[in-house]
Amino acid sequence: MDYTFQFAEVFKELPYLLGGAAVTLQIAFISFWGGAFIGIFGAIAKVYGGALARRVASSYVVLLTNTPALVQIFLLYYALPDAGVLLSPMTSVLIGLTLNAGAYLTEILRAGVISVRRSEMEAATALGMSRLQILRYVMLPHIAKTIYAPLSNFFVWLVLGSSLAALFGVEELTGRAINISTANLRSIETFVVVAAIYVLLTVVASTSLALVGRWAFRVRAKVF
Amino acid sequence: MHHLEIKNLSCGYGSVEVLKGVTLEADKGEVVSLIGPSGSGKSTLLRALIGLTPPSGGEVFVAGEKIDYASRKALRTLRDRLAIVFQQYNLFQNMTVMRNVTIAPLKIKKRPRAEVEKEASVLLEKVGMIDKRDAYPEELSGGQQQRVAIARALATNPEILLLDEVTSALDPERVNEVLDTIRALTDEGITMLIVSHEMAFVREISTRVAMMDDGRIIECGTPAQVFDAPSKARTREFVSKILKH
Amino acid sequence: MFEQITEQVPLFFNYHNLVFILEAMGRTLGMTFIGCGTGFVFGFLIAVLRQSRLRALLPLRLLAIAYVETFRRIPFLVVLFIVLFVIEPLLPGTSLFGIAIVSVCLLSTAFLSEIIRSGLESVPAPQIEGARALNFSAVQMLVMVILPQSWRVILPPASAFIVMFIKDTSLASQLGVIELTFAGKMLVNRGFSPLLGFGAILVCYFVLSYPLSRFAAYLERRLAPS
Repeated sequence: MDYTFQFAEVFKELPYLLGGAAVTLQIAFISFWGGAFIGIFGAIAKVYGGALARRVASSYVVLLTNTPALVQIFLLYYALPDAGVLLSPMTSVLIGLTLNAGAYLTEILRAGVISVRRSEMEAATALGMSRLQILRYVMLPHIAKTIYAPLSNFFVWLVLGSSLAALFGVEELTGRAINISTANLRSIETFVVVAAIYVLLTVVASTSLALVGRWAFRVRAKVF
Repeated sequence: MHHLEIKNLSCGYGSVEVLKGVTLEADKGEVVSLIGPSGSGKSTLLRALIGLTPPSGGEVFVAGEKIDYASRKALRTLRDRLAIVFQQYNLFQNMTVMRNVTIAPLKIKKRPRAEVEKEASVLLEKVGMIDKRDAYPEELSGGQQQRVAIARALATNPEILLLDEVTSALDPERVNEVLDTIRALTDEGITMLIVSHEMAFVREISTRVAMMDDGRIIECGTPAQVFDAPSKARTREFVSKILKH
Repeated sequence: MFEQITEQVPLFFNYHNLVFILEAMGRTLGMTFIGCGTGFVFGFLIAVLRQSRLRALLPLRLLAIAYVETFRRIPFLVVLFIVLFVIEPLLPGTSLFGIAIVSVCLLSTAFLSEIIRSGLESVPAPQIEGARALNFSAVQMLVMVILPQSWRVILPPASAFIVMFIKDTSLASQLGVIELTFAGKMLVNRGFSPLLGFGAILVCYFVLSYPLSRFAAYLERRLAPS
C-alpha cells in the first residue's frame, strides 16, 4: 500500500471547518440550556411532585433515555410532516437533542436535589434562616457540588452527540467534513483533522468548565 | 553481630526528608520501642525498613546481610523475614479472618494447606480470634481486626516484627486486648520494633527505648534510663508531657 | 395520517417484516455485545497497564493514555468514517458489519478502560500496602486483592455504559449495516408511514434497553458502598 497523506488540501478549508465547530458548539449550548430548563422542572416534579407529576416526569425520562436520539429525530423530521408540521433539519435536531438533554439532566439534577441532607435543612431552620436563605446557603452549594462534574461531562457528551445533525444535512463540524471529503476526495485526512478539532473542542470545554467549577463552587473536577 | 542494624538511614517523600540519618540496632529477641512526637519519623522508619517507602540513603543489615532496596529479589527475601502490623490493620476486606491469615503462607510461600491451616488455628487461638475464623473484617471491631492482623503477620514466621502504632486507631477499651496479645509474644524470641504512644506498656515490655525527634534518634537506652533519667532536655519534656495524660 | 396508519398496520406486521426486524435487532445486539465484550477485555488490559509502575512499559502507557483520551473525545460518527476510509483500501472486501464492529470496539475499549481504571483505583491504598508487605506479586495482588474488591465499583457504571452503547450503535446505520435504525429507514422507504416504521423501531430499542437499564439501576442500589 502506498498512500501519501496530503493534509494541505484540508488545511486550506480550516476556516470553513472552524465555522462548523462554531455551529457544533451552538447546537450543544442551545440543547444544553434548553435541556437544563426542562431538567429543573423534571427534577422538581420527581422529588417534590404529586403522584401524577412524578409519573409524567419518570415516563418522560424512561422513554427518552431508552431510545436512540437519532431515531427520535427521524420521527420528528419524517413523521411530523404527515401531521402537517414541517420542521427544518436544524430545528428537528435541536428539538430532539433538547428533549434528550432534558431527560438526562432531570436525572442529574434530581441526584443534586436529593443530596441535600434533611438534617442540614433542619439545622438551618433551627438557626432561623428564611426559605430563601436556606436555598442560597444550604441547598445550592450542596446541589452545585453534586451535579457539577456530571453536568460538565454531559456537556462534552452533547458536543460529540451533536454530530448526528450531519445526517440531516446540518452543516456543523461533521457535516462540513462530509462536504469537504466528497469534494477533495481526501477523506482520511479530512476526518483526522476533524477528529483533532473535536478533541481540542472537548478538552477546552472540560478544562474551562473545571476551572469555572473550582472558582465558583470549589468543586475539584478532573479534566482528564 | 546484631540481628537488625540500621546505619545512618535517610528517607523522604519527594523533596521532604523525614528520616535524616537514623542509626539503631537490635539484637535477636530484643524489643525496641520508638517514642517521640508525631511527625518525628517513627512510622516512616518502619515503612522504610520493609521497603514500602524506599530509603534514600544509609544502610540496613539483617543478620549481617546488607539489604539492597532497589532489587526486587532482595525485597522479596527481606519481606520473608520481616513482617509489619499497621495502625489501620489493613486486613483484606474481601477475605475471611482465616483466609487473611493463611493467604501469604499458602499462595506466596506455597506451603501445604493442612499444615498452614493448623498453624493458623494455633495463631488465631493465641490472639483469641479462633471463634471468628469465618467472619469478614468489616464484621469485627477495631481491636479484633488488629489481633487478626497480628496473627496474619506471625503466620509468615517472621524473624523481625514491626508494629506501627497498632493501638492508635482503637477505642480506649480495646487497647488492652491488643497489648495483651503483643505482651504474649515477647517470650517467643521474635525481634520487635514497636512504635507506640502507650508509655506504660513501652516501659514494661521494651528491652530498650529510642527517642526520635525530627528524623533522628536523639537518645536510646533502657526504659529506666530514658523514662527516669533522660539525658536530653527534649526527651525529658516529651516524657513528662505524655506521662501527665 | 392516522387512517393511513390503520390501513398499513396489517401489512406492516406480516411475517416477512417481523423476521426482517428481528434480524436487525440481532445485529444491533451483536454490535453491542461484541463491542462491549471486546471493550471489557482490552479495556481491562489497558487499565492494568496504566496501573503498572514498570519503567519499561512507559511508552506503552503513554500510547494507551493517548488512545483513551482521544477516542473518548471523538464522535462515534467520525470514528466510523475514519475506520471506513482506512480499512476499505487496506482490506478491500471487509463487510460493512465488520467495519462497524471495529469502530464499536475501538470506542467501547476507550470508555470501558476508564470505568475499569477508576474501579481499580477505588481500592484503598492500605489494602495494597498490606499485600506488598506480605510479598504479593503484582499479579497476585490484582487477582487476590484488587479485583475481588473493585468489581462492585466497576459493574454499575459498566452496565450503564452498555445501555448507552445500544443506542450509539444506531449511528452504524449510516454505513448501511442493516441494524434496527437502518431497518426502520428501509421500511419507510418501502412506503410505510414514518410514524409506523420509526415508531416500531423505537419500541424495539426500548425493549432491548429498558430491562438492561433497570438491571443497571438495581446493581447501582445493590452494590453501592453504603
